[in-house]
Amino acid sequence: MPHSVQKQQKHTLYRFNGGLHLPDNKSQSLTLPLEKAALPKRLIIPLQQHIGEGAEPLVKIGDQVLKGDMLAKPHGYVSAPVHAPSSGTVVAIDVLPIPHPSGLPAPCVVIETDGKERWGNQLQPMADYQHADPSLLRERIRNAGVVGLGGAAFPSSVKLTPGMENPIDTLIINGAECEPYITCDDLLMQTQAEKILIGIGIIRRLVGAARCLFGIEDNKPEAIRQLRQAVADAGLEWVSVIAIPTLYPSGGEKQLIKVLTGREVPSGSIPATIGMICHNVSTAFAIAEAVVEGRPLISRYVTVTGNGVRQPKNLEVLIGTPVAELIAQAGGYTGQVAKLIVGGPMMGFTLNSDEVPVTKATNCLLAADSHEAPDPGVAVACIRCGRCASACPANLLPQQMYWYARAKDLEKVQEYNLFDCIECGCCSHVCPSHIPLVQYFRFAKTESWAQEKEQRAAERARQRHEAQLARKERLEAERKAKLRQKKEALKKPAVQQPDAAQVDSADAVDPKKAAIAAALQRAAEKKARLAEQGVEPKNQADLSEPQKQAIERVDKRRANSDANSVTSEKQGG
Amino acid sequence: MRFSTITSPHSARPNSVSRTMLLVILALLPGAAAMIWYFGWGVLINMILASVTAVACEALAVRLRNRPVLPVIGDFSAVLTALLLAVALPPLLPWWLTVIGVAFAILMVKQIYGGLGYNPFNPAMAAYVLLLVSYPVQMTSWLPPEMLNEHPLTLLQSASVIFTGALPAGLSWDALTMATPLDAMFTQLDQSRMLSEILAQPLWGDFGGRGWEWVGNWYLLGGLFLLYKRVISWHIPVSMLGSLLVIAMLFHFLDQEAYPFGMFHIFTGGTLLGAFFIATDPVSACTTRKGQLVYGACIGLLVFIIRTWGGYPDAVAFAVLLMNMAAPTIDYYTQPRAFGHQGAGRD
Repeated sequence: MPHSVQKQQKHTLYRFNGGLHLPDNKSQSLTLPLEKAALPKRLIIPLQQHIGEGAEPLVKIGDQVLKGDMLAKPHGYVSAPVHAPSSGTVVAIDVLPIPHPSGLPAPCVVIETDGKERWGNQLQPMADYQHADPSLLRERIRNAGVVGLGGAAFPSSVKLTPGMENPIDTLIINGAECEPYITCDDLLMQTQAEKILIGIGIIRRLVGAARCLFGIEDNKPEAIRQLRQAVADAGLEWVSVIAIPTLYPSGGEKQLIKVLTGREVPSGSIPATIGMICHNVSTAFAIAEAVVEGRPLISRYVTVTGNGVRQPKNLEVLIGTPVAELIAQAGGYTGQVAKLIVGGPMMGFTLNSDEVPVTKATNCLLAADSHEAPDPGVAVACIRCGRCASACPANLLPQQMYWYARAKDLEKVQEYNLFDCIECGCCSHVCPSHIPLVQYFRFAKTESWAQEKEQRAAERARQRHEAQLARKERLEAERKAKLRQKKEALKKPAVQQPDAAQVDSADAVDPKKAAIAAALQRAAEKKARLAEQGVEPKNQADLSEPQKQAIERVDKRRANSDANSVTSEKQGG
Repeated sequence: MRFSTITSPHSARPNSVSRTMLLVILALLPGAAAMIWYFGWGVLINMILASVTAVACEALAVRLRNRPVLPVIGDFSAVLTALLLAVALPPLLPWWLTVIGVAFAILMVKQIYGGLGYNPFNPAMAAYVLLLVSYPVQMTSWLPPEMLNEHPLTLLQSASVIFTGALPAGLSWDALTMATPLDAMFTQLDQSRMLSEILAQPLWGDFGGRGWEWVGNWYLLGGLFLLYKRVISWHIPVSMLGSLLVIAMLFHFLDQEAYPFGMFHIFTGGTLLGAFFIATDPVSACTTRKGQLVYGACIGLLVFIIRTWGGYPDAVAFAVLLMNMAAPTIDYYTQPRAFGHQGAGRD
């Protein structure tokens, strides 16, 4: 077999602008065998761990749940369910701290585990997945709560439903893992190559891609070797495992596509517009687990690393496990720990507390000391050196964007392609003036969105107001027209009246009374017609007996006094 | 445990402004030392005088603007400006001219616009031009290089000339000073002398003026160090030297007796200092890569034009200042094509 591995044909690679060679700091956490994290006493499962609508809880406090039971169902199309990572009792459904850049708490289900790890039997393994109907596969992936595990946590089933207008020819699998420190994907590729390929096969069927380009940074030789071996063993000639140069951020979706294919995803578009779709390697694994094993997404590999923990390592972790417990299993904090970061040092976000759970999107916990993640010094003036532009993988001009963002000139900063910024942090990293450029761009983006929202709201209000004015004008015109008609009718009653055939001849001389009678008759006819169709006015649908009697009484009274009491002006108006 | 929170990226920043400025100062030192070697202690006195004045002016201005003084002094940009001006000044320039020049550079060209990063013009070059235009005699009274100097001055004598104007006994200004090679070359060319005739004088070395060409070599070395350290990019030096070389060679080819050869332009006057240390000043230069190529090439062209047909002997300062004015416009029209966009920027 190694022979066929050697025959990997040379794949042409391309470059994106800039990027950084960062110290990769991966070796400290690359330890085998992979450990399973101990079962925690309490699992805290946030209801929203994905992009889209939060899930709707299916359980109540006090419910017993089994491992793999659905705790909350998706709400809407772009949504994903969450499952019980272990068996136990639901002890709380409450708003609790979660790992989120905003630091805001969110609704969570808390399970007190019973330690028995008893499985429920909600999802069955799909033995014939290779021939299963694509819609069944998608449903399975959705029901298993699989979301993109590269960081964005976009519901996978949605992404695996490509539109008709953009046929997919190339599936890109992202195994770049370009952020320093993080090694969970590396270990996954080293240990689960076969299953990853099964997942890739399923994805390929669902999107209809002809080939798969599997990009891995060349600082992971073992992962590349394992995968090439597995591809050769399985005889998947449509998969190319490609070693790409280690250059941050080659794991960015658009950057990876550029490196592997030389093509650029047009600004503001998704890869599907150029016939590509990109999935993270751990998503492929989760899909295989969901389909082949019937196992929902209830655990993932998490890297616990940094100089702030004693024994950096990777752990297989149940979703919902508190961060503090994982730190404890990595030997606890060292004295130097300064910051706790979810994700890598370039794009991760800091936690203010370790009392938050691991979610589907948590790939790394970086307990950094003050050298690894120093407090940002005072920013000094920009000296226009242009290093930011040289480092920018989106080929933007961060310096110019910074001036305009600082001046709150949102229009201008958008003209400089603000929304092509992927917030990779290269510009901030190289800035000699220590200006937090990315923060300025996030600010400008948020401001732009807020402004756009405001403009939309203002536009809607304006349209509403104009519609209201138009309606008033129309009503006024109609009223005047009617008034005029009536006046004309009063002038020559003899000509007009004979038209009102049903009206009692005694009333014929009085057009007002005639109109009232006509209206009453129309109402009665309508009521009868509705009764015939079995439709009753909705507001009387579920009334209690005394209420019905009261209504009857009122109706009777009204019928008696109707003709006299109703003012003709109101009816006629 | 509780932790402090900040936004990404969290990694340690490898660069800082003070590191950048210190590296440039470091790269300047070989050339400056060569200047001292060839032109005497006056150069060192000027460097010290200029640095002290610059720091004092910067501190004063920052104080007046109610900003913290130490971080601004600590970025070493004022010292760098002072040193760049000092190595461009004649070695025995009266002290008050140096002080006026530096004070103008720091107060009027830099701080009045808002300090480091906000000045549209290169402070050292603006000050140089101010002095050259206002005091042309003093500014063109250069010393001969060490090998041609019959009356080398000691440190004390130099200080005495600079601070009191008193010449050592028995010496006159005429005996002490001479024109720069560039000045000599173009003055004589203007007198319709042949190039071969001019070059027969003992003033000349292999490429440019004796001594001067060696100073140029050391600046070149410093510049290569800056390139190696990635403090500057190659775009401006290469395009500036390249365009100057090409046009000079072209004219020399057309008339070998009327126009000095290409290397003469590179190794004479302030060309190499300008190419690596002045034109690359990020604050006042272009920032887009394409823009830097245009910017550098235009400086090279202007240097040639002003040297050949202009009224002043050297042209680097004028060329840089003129292009400083054009830099924002060049930047605007040379924006790179952003990822995923069609077409090339704003062209």
